[in-house]
Amino acid sequence: MSFCCFHRWLVAEVFAISDDSIAVHELRERVKNPGSGGVCVFEGWVRNENDGRTVQRLEYEVYAPLAIKEGEKVIAEAKQRFPFLAASCVHRSGLLEIGDCAVWVGVSAPHRDEAFKACRYIIDEIKVRLPIWKKEHYIDGDSDWVNCERCANV
Amino acid sequence: MKKITVKYFAMFREHAGLSEETLKLDVVTAQDVYEQTQHRHGSSEPTGHCKVAINDTMAEWTSGVNDGDVVLLFPPVAGG
Repeated sequence: MSFCCFHRWLVAEVFAISDDSIAVHELRERVKNPGSGGVCVFEGWVRNENDGRTVQRLEYEVYAPLAIKEGEKVIAEAKQRFPFLAASCVHRSGLLEIGDCAVWVGVSAPHRDEAFKACRYIIDEIKVRLPIWKKEHYIDGDSDWVNCERCANV
Repeated sequence: MKKITVKYFAMFREHAGLSEETLKLDVVTAQDVYEQTQHRHGSSEPTGHCKVAINDTMAEWTSGVNDGDVVLLFPPVAGG
């Protein structure tokens, strides 16, 4: 058995931060498993509007050492709650344009119920727990950190 | 007094104009560090919306800090 095939079926939980475009087709291959009857994928994309303001591009700041640790924890928790066979998640850092993939989550499982639920759990927890910050650059030249409006009053 | 390295992120970093500094602080908990560096991070946000890590491990605001610790102050996160 070549390393490639061996690797292909044994890849389990993976979380990564990427400075480059997310290679969604490669990631889909990663969660393939002979015991899986399907895959549930969520892709988060950069949208051109937020709160009535026209967004031109986004910037993600990530504290990678802890984001990776916490991301792996989230995937392990999902597996305990909704047993699946393979999961993978990649979150972008750096500058992104409208339509770029900001986050990719894929979960494959024998049946769809676990795949949907685990995928939902992973994306929901990643959004609120990982040390990742989003700065929106607007068409008028202004920029703002998302969720930080309450911090700005000093 | 304890020697504490404080790291600032995102909006906190921009407000402070630096990403980290080592300070001599009279502190017991992570919350004390947050309050005593308020002039740097500039946030009046209650700690409930922000997060803290000590020595690269997520912590609580009530967690104790020791001499030599690295305290990471995280403004409200926004992944995804």
